[in-house]
Amino acid sequence: MAEVLLEACAVAKHFGGVKALRDVSLTIRKGEIYGLIGPNGAGKTTFFNCMTGLYVPDGGGFTFAGATLRADEPHRAAESGIARTFQNIRLFANMTALENVMVGRHVRTSAGVIGAMLQNAATRAEEMAIRQRAIELLHYVRIEDRADDLAMNLSYGDQRRLEIARALATEPTLLCLDEPAAGMNATETAELRELIDGIRRDGTTVLLIEHDVKLVMGLCDRVAVLDYGALVIEDIPAVVQKDQRVIEAYLGA
Amino acid sequence: MDIFLQQIINGLVQGSIYALVALGYTMVYGIMGLINFAHGEVVMIGTLVTITVTSLLIKAGVPLAVAGLAGLGASVLACMAIGWGLERVAYRPLRNAPRLTPLITAIGMSIVLQNIAMIVWGRNYMTFPPLLPKVDYEFAGANFTAVQVMIVVVSGLTMSGLVLLVYRTKLGMAMRATAQNPQVANLMGVNSNRVISAAFVIGSALAALAGVMVGTYYEIAHYQMGFMLGLKAFTAAVLGGIGNLAGAMAGGILLGIIEALGAGYIGDLTGGFLGSHYQDIFAFVVLIVVLMFKPSGLFGEKTGERA
Amino acid sequence: MSKWLGPRSATGILLIAVALIALPFVAALGGQAWVRIVNFAILYIFLALGLNIVVGFAGLLDLGYIAFYAVGAYAYALLASPHFGLHWPFWAILPIGALIACFFGVLLGSPTLKLRGDYLAIVTLGFGEIVRIFLNNLNAPINVTNGPQGITLIDPVAIGEFRFSGTSQILGISLSGPQKYYFLLVALAIFVIIINLRLQHSRIGRAWQAIREDEIAAKAVGINTRNIKLLAFAMGASFGGIAGGIFSAMQGFVSPESFSLIESIMILAMVVLGGMGHIPGVILGAVLLTILPEVLRYGVGPLQVAVFGKMLIDPESLRMLIFGLALVLVMRFKPAGLWPSPERKRELQGDA
Repeated sequence: MAEVLLEACAVAKHFGGVKALRDVSLTIRKGEIYGLIGPNGAGKTTFFNCMTGLYVPDGGGFTFAGATLRADEPHRAAESGIARTFQNIRLFANMTALENVMVGRHVRTSAGVIGAMLQNAATRAEEMAIRQRAIELLHYVRIEDRADDLAMNLSYGDQRRLEIARALATEPTLLCLDEPAAGMNATETAELRELIDGIRRDGTTVLLIEHDVKLVMGLCDRVAVLDYGALVIEDIPAVVQKDQRVIEAYLGA
Repeated sequence: MDIFLQQIINGLVQGSIYALVALGYTMVYGIMGLINFAHGEVVMIGTLVTITVTSLLIKAGVPLAVAGLAGLGASVLACMAIGWGLERVAYRPLRNAPRLTPLITAIGMSIVLQNIAMIVWGRNYMTFPPLLPKVDYEFAGANFTAVQVMIVVVSGLTMSGLVLLVYRTKLGMAMRATAQNPQVANLMGVNSNRVISAAFVIGSALAALAGVMVGTYYEIAHYQMGFMLGLKAFTAAVLGGIGNLAGAMAGGILLGIIEALGAGYIGDLTGGFLGSHYQDIFAFVVLIVVLMFKPSGLFGEKTGERA
Repeated sequence: MSKWLGPRSATGILLIAVALIALPFVAALGGQAWVRIVNFAILYIFLALGLNIVVGFAGLLDLGYIAFYAVGAYAYALLASPHFGLHWPFWAILPIGALIACFFGVLLGSPTLKLRGDYLAIVTLGFGEIVRIFLNNLNAPINVTNGPQGITLIDPVAIGEFRFSGTSQILGISLSGPQKYYFLLVALAIFVIIINLRLQHSRIGRAWQAIREDEIAAKAVGINTRNIKLLAFAMGASFGGIAGGIFSAMQGFVSPESFSLIESIMILAMVVLGGMGHIPGVILGAVLLTILPEVLRYGVGPLQVAVFGKMLIDPESLRMLIFGLALVLVMRFKPAGLWPSPERKRELQGDA
């Protein structure tokens, strides 16, 4: 039984009268690929946003690697080791692919304005290391030949990969992917699956929000289903697929 | 304590003027998200046009009241034209540009209008022709004049008229819809170009009226008078909740009173260290405090950001 | 940086160096006033580059930047003039001025940087005005700033016994005060430009750009946006403070009049019209907006008299009118500025 990496306890969030999340509790274990699925509007991205500090939960909280996750500032999530991608791809459009990934290294590096102005040996060494690591990551997601292209000029599939590379640059313990397969064809999805498998093999736990049920069931070790903001079931794919409530949630009652 | 009532009255009068100008800012910001920097200059032009037209007519022997009304009418028309022109020529082409671009354009137009005024009317201070009889009243130790009464009454009536327009007419409904959600309003058949033009034109008419009031109240005018007034009126709009009509009115009156009380008591409050020439600072301090602690203002709604 | 060292660039740099060395002597042919104008252009380059860090790199709208210039200028004036009887040396006061300006930058930025773009603009505008009002009125009960009259007889820059005011003989060439200041300013300008380039291509520079591109994504990758924005503000303010100190020393006299809102707008215009975020563009903007108005001032008056027989429009109002129109026209037709960075041009104008 692997150790628990992230625990959500009775997380609740509402927007005005709409209850986006109702007391959602789940656990993600170290080293697994964990899927979060549910119909549109079920609260999956809201859950993500609460976990990464973009929203402040109205109730409940998260524990990550044994410590309580502070809800206030999003950058702390990254500092603690949680990285994410966005449903609508948020890249730094006018920066090159390489620069995008280099920004990802920010949280693990330390050169400040003084170093920048003096260009001392330590700063230059760090800068070289940042560049080196960024190139490695571009290789890892297989877009190394697009390194000097502006992010906004990349193809859709490459942009998704770039976002993953940038997230990996922060050296996360938990990588959260928000619908990474959206808009991808079968080949691309298969490549994505390989990539995520590789990421897990290399030691990062993965949380995956997806609509592509086949991808999720085939790839994830465990799956949680949300519907109308509430957790319906949390179990291995085989069990979840057969659950009556899940079938109804997707097909409508 | 005896100056308290006096300052409240002074504040109410000044605040009514701020309210009229603030409405112009808030309507445009509510619908377009643009701070119309040039709005203060429109007020100034209202004052100066009135001076020119009215003085000319008086010299020609026209009776005071008629000359005054003609001057008011001329300035309302002139300001409406300028407001319409501003939107059509300077702002409309930039509808979809990032925020910084229209802001700089607005600053540019403000400078253009100010300098056109300087070229046309010169650098010197001008006297506003006395249009109203000088009658003084007294109440509970405080003095006020017929002019002050006029300002408060006319402002009140005008603002009521505006509320009626916005909440009881089709145009008003179209304006409110566009402020809430421009794309959907468009889909529902609202001509957003017409609505936006209307907002500018109505705001400018109010500005002209405010300009006449400022002229009547202070009896002098100058090509640079629009800047400070505009800034303070914008503060009032923010104080009340930008985009909110009631907020602009309440904010205007409240700011006027805060300024008056502040100017009256600042000497006492700071042990003589700061004098009343620091008066202008109140508006800025209010602005900073409001934006820091309650950016949505007194009556504004909180808008969250969905990631 | 290696792209600077090819043979073509070397020739280019040599040409620029020759032009820079010859400039003060060429300008002096038209009178010392023109050398002073060139010196002011360089001073404005400092200011524009400083504001460029805030507006261009980090994307924060500051309409009250002149306040930091004012703080630096008055700090120098108070520490090196008969006003308080202090006469500290140039190299000591300049860092102090920068630090005080930096402090004000942090003071202003801490509560306000979370505000939305146009609100931030107005708040900074208010701050700039507050500083000006205080400078204008802090002459009673204790006379700190000497009010509207300002502070005069400020010590000029001096290195040891060598003073930058007055004429000197160097290597057989006679250099006037403004010409000496020119070379000092050029040396500082090179220094400032290098620092700006280094900042732009550093970890912090990337963080600023990331915030400008997409603040939410920047937070998600672990950038403490609040602190990084504050850093931009502080750096920008420091540059302003330094420029202010030099201004004080060069001019010998400061008064609140030099630090009005229109100055802040002018510097913003230099950054935006020149090419926001693009260092060469910003330098171009600063030079154009300093030199052109002077050309107008000297040319328009006589031109009007020649053509119309009299002065129709006062050159000052005409100058401002054209400035306002320039703002509107550039925003309409070249919103990325006259010399934008290639990415920015694409961002704002679409593919050319």
